[in-house]
Order: sequence, then C-alpha cells, then structure tokens
Amino acid sequence: MNKIFETPLYGYERSPDQDSPTPVRRKVIVIGAGPVGLAAAIDLAQHGVEVVVLDENDKVSFGSRAICFSQRTLEIADRLGCGHRLVDKGVLWDRGKVFFDDRQVYDFNLQPDEGYANPAFINLQQYHFEDYFVQRVRELQAEGAPIEIRGRNKVDAIGTHQDHVRLEVETPEGPYTVEAEWLIACDGATSPTRRMLGIDFEGRVFEDNFLIADVIMDADFPSERWFWFDPPFNRGQSALLHKQPDNVWRIDLQLGWDIDKEREKRPENVIPRLKAMLGDDVEFQLEWVSIYTFQCRRMESFCKGRVLFAGDSAHQVSPFGARGANSGLQDTDNLCWKLKLVLDGKAPESLLDSYNTERVQGADENIQKSSRSTDFITPKSEMSRVLRDAVLDLSEQYEFARPLVNSGRLSQPCTYDGSSLNSADALDGPAETRPGSACPDAPLGDEFLLPKLAGKFTLLTIDADAPDTLEEDGVEVTRLALSVKDDLTLALKRRYLGDATSAVYLIRPDQHVAARRDSYEENSFRHAIRRACGKE
Amino acid sequence: MSDLILSPNIDKVDDFYAELLAAHEGLEKADSDALNARLVLVLANHVGDSVVLSDAIRAAALADN
Repeated sequence: MNKIFETPLYGYERSPDQDSPTPVRRKVIVIGAGPVGLAAAIDLAQHGVEVVVLDENDKVSFGSRAICFSQRTLEIADRLGCGHRLVDKGVLWDRGKVFFDDRQVYDFNLQPDEGYANPAFINLQQYHFEDYFVQRVRELQAEGAPIEIRGRNKVDAIGTHQDHVRLEVETPEGPYTVEAEWLIACDGATSPTRRMLGIDFEGRVFEDNFLIADVIMDADFPSERWFWFDPPFNRGQSALLHKQPDNVWRIDLQLGWDIDKEREKRPENVIPRLKAMLGDDVEFQLEWVSIYTFQCRRMESFCKGRVLFAGDSAHQVSPFGARGANSGLQDTDNLCWKLKLVLDGKAPESLLDSYNTERVQGADENIQKSSRSTDFITPKSEMSRVLRDAVLDLSEQYEFARPLVNSGRLSQPCTYDGSSLNSADALDGPAETRPGSACPDAPLGDEFLLPKLAGKFTLLTIDADAPDTLEEDGVEVTRLALSVKDDLTLALKRRYLGDATSAVYLIRPDQHVAARRDSYEENSFRHAIRRACGKE
Repeated sequence: MSDLILSPNIDKVDDFYAELLAAHEGLEKADSDALNARLVLVLANHVGDSVVLSDAIRAAALADN
C-alpha cells in the first residue's frame, strides 16, 4: 500500500503560462506547498485574490515532521475551511509523564479549558495536514476560486522590481518565466528564495541534533506524552514519546551536536535505542527515521520589497513547544488580509510593514520560549545542570517545582502589544482581550464566537449600541451584536467584559483586537479603523 | 503543619528561571556556588520565620515528610 506521502497529489501539468509569448503577470505567487504556503494560498483565494503555488515537488511532506498543532492553528484552519478535518483525524491527549534518570518523577493530567470550539492542541502528522489543505484547494477550485498548485515547478531565479517580481521556473518540460505583483516565500528553513536574494539569516545560532523515528505499534500502549531527562538509554540527553493517528508513535531522541548522522540513522543503531526505551517485549515497525538539526534564528526583516517571507523561511526555532508550523500559520493569518487591502488599493503598501513588526515580535517570543525550553532540556553549564536536576529532584515530591520543569511550553498566539495598528485601550476589561490579542473563543448557544469573526473587520458589541455597518475610506465593518443575557456559560463576560458592563470591540480580519471601548463612539472607531489599516 | 508553601507560587516561573540562569552565566563553578549560597541567605532573611525555614531545609534535603 502506498503511503499518502508517497503519492503525487499535485503532479506536473503544463500551464498556459509556459506557452505565453510574454511572461504572464499573476497577482500573488507562493513558493512552497507546505502547511504555510497552502494556508497562504487558501486564505488569499478565499479573499478572491488570484494565487499560484509553485512547488518543486509533487507530494506532501515525507515523514511526520510537524506533529503538534495548537488551538490557534485549529482556529485559523477553521477560517480556511479545514479545521474539522484536522480535529476529526488528530489525536487528543491529556496525560503526560516525566522521567528523570531511571525513574518517573511525576505524571500530570491536563484539564481541558472549557468554552472553546477547538482543543488546546492535537497531534497529527504533517502529511495528513497538508493532504487536507490540498483537498481544500481542490474544493475551492471546484467553486471557481482563482487558485492553483503547480507541482514540479522549481524556481531557479528571482528578479526583484519596483512593482513586481520575475521568476525563472524549471519544469520537466523546460523553463519558463512568470511574473507576480507579490511573492510569498514559504520555502522552509533552507529557503532557496532567501539564498537567491542574498539575504542573511541572522540571530543566535543554537545547534543540536534529534533522531526522529515514527514507529508503528499495534500494542496497547497508552495515549500519553512521555518525556525523559537524562535516561539510561540516552545518557546526558532527552527523549520524547508522542502519539499520532494510525497507531504511529513519534519518538524524538536528542543526540547532541557532534555526531555521525549517517551512522545514527541506520536501523541497526536505531532499533536497540528504541528497544531500551520501549521495553524488549514491545513489537514495533519503523515507518520513518530522520535526523533533525535546528537553529534558533530569524531574518532581520520578513519583507524585502515585493517579496514576503513566512514560516520557517523567515524564522526557525527549536522543536520544543511546537512553534514551527504553528507560528507559520500565524504569519499568513497576519499577512493575507493586509495584502488583500493593499491589492485592492484600500490600504497603503506601508500596512505590510506591520506584518514585519508584528510577526517579528511573534518570532522573537517563540525563539525566547523555545530557547528557554532548550536551556532546561540541554543545560549549557555545570550550574545550569545542577539547577535543572534540583528542579527535577524536587518535582518528584513537591508540586511547586513542577511548573519549573520545562520540556516545551504550549504555543500561544502572540499578543501584538505596542503595534502601530492598535488603538489605546479604552475599556477596563480583561487583559486577555486587550488591543493586539487574538480573540479567545466563547460559546454562543450551540455555536461559537470565532467563526462569526472570520475574514472581515467586525464591530463586536456586547450590550452596547452601534450601527449595523460602517464604512471608513473603503473598508467595511459589520457589527456582531451580542448580549451577556444569552451568555449561559459566562465565558463571553469573563473573556470580553471583566468588570465592565458593556463593550465595543473592533476586530481585525485575523481575529485580533484592534480597539475596544465601553461604548460606541463614531469618531474614535473611525480613527481605529484607519489605524488598523495603516493609515494613521 | 507549617506554613511552608509547597504548591506552585512563583509568578512568571519561566521568567524567574531564565533570570536565575542569566545570573550564573559566565561564572566559574566556585563563583556560581557562592552566588547560590548568597541567594539562599537573602531569601531566608525574606522568609524570616524560623519554623518555615526549618521546614524548608527539610524539604530541600528531600527528607520524607
């Protein structure tokens, strides 16, 4: 049986662009059909923007790779029409165990937070994620949306111009030239686009190697996350066991920096390590083995004229805390509505500067959090190890030490504090919904809040008056009127009102709060809309 | 029953741990040990209560309660 990642999903087909006597100019070209590139393309197509995805391959990712998708990613995927597929297939887990040396020091049960449509995270192989996103592209095509994926189209050269980019593309039938008003580079950590444009990838270099094995076990192994610090079967390093769908288990073994990668990848070296970890009597098959090397760094700027970088091409983090694909989806979530406004002439090009500012802020936060996890997992000095081991020893007996154990912190959406798109906070409301925050979900009877805020500017009123629609300089805003009288779980009140009795929120198309006050005041909200579009 | 707090009580726990590691960064082991000793004494003074301090010493020794 062929695996999904061995089956071509977007095989090469000749495009009319290859036969055009002069290069055709497309609105937006996306390089890379990974999770981030597909999300960008679907988002733009849903906004009615013509988009072409070029990928040098014709298949989804080989092996599981990114496996942990956060609540924010699932919310974004909902807006892109793919969320339910991910949740239906993904594995939910709520129990974890922490081991130190040769013993279990504690276990924990994550109580799911109430009042969200989506779970805190799911485990799912990246190839399933990409497969579902490709299916969504096919649906959009069937509806007539201007979106296509061109497999085995490898970009060989990029020319940057004032108002467009020009690409030389290699195909199985030879090269062709195509142009785009905007280019989004989602071509991964080794981004050829970045290299072709000669841009440095700056920041702190942090290096390590992980042996990643996908193991198929039919045994009745518990659906838990197990993390080992300094275990007997991997001395001085860490190990992680995580469940994925289809009886596939993901095993990460840290190997350190100075290793012979080819030797470590051989089954005769991998299998004894896994047996030492899982126990001699556990039957398993190896599906995929890889060695993953990471560095923590980001580009100085994610925008270079008409070329915009998103995902791993713009920033890389250590794998702890699942901040690769998850942050990449927050990039495109932030970028696409801005690009749409700019393409429609409803916002100045400088609005895209805020993409850079806000997502650099997100990248720095992710780099900080994942570096802290890395510092805990792989202490860099003797004292750092002494303190780490003290935390682990205490955690066995004392609850207070457990929050200090850092084997990866859950990925949370970045709050864009200080963004030039925010208006000053004018509500004595909860901190979690201050300007710059991603809107937290809340139940509305049988439905949920976030799907009602998708893809457009919204004026959310809670027990407050406001006009049903508002237009400011070409940008339309529609009202969503809610009342705490219908808020049976009080989640809306808790998350959006706090001690206030009424509120009006201006919410961006990416579901981040732009402004809030206790009541509607036309002048201030008109200013807030202009500000959120980079016009003030 | 002492008043020694053994449930999670540190505000912004990851920020604290990062600051602690940063304080040790670049120090020789002997200097790091000395820093830890001074930190214990500063914190002990803040706690003050001798019963709590005795319980804290027992807790840190991982003696059975």
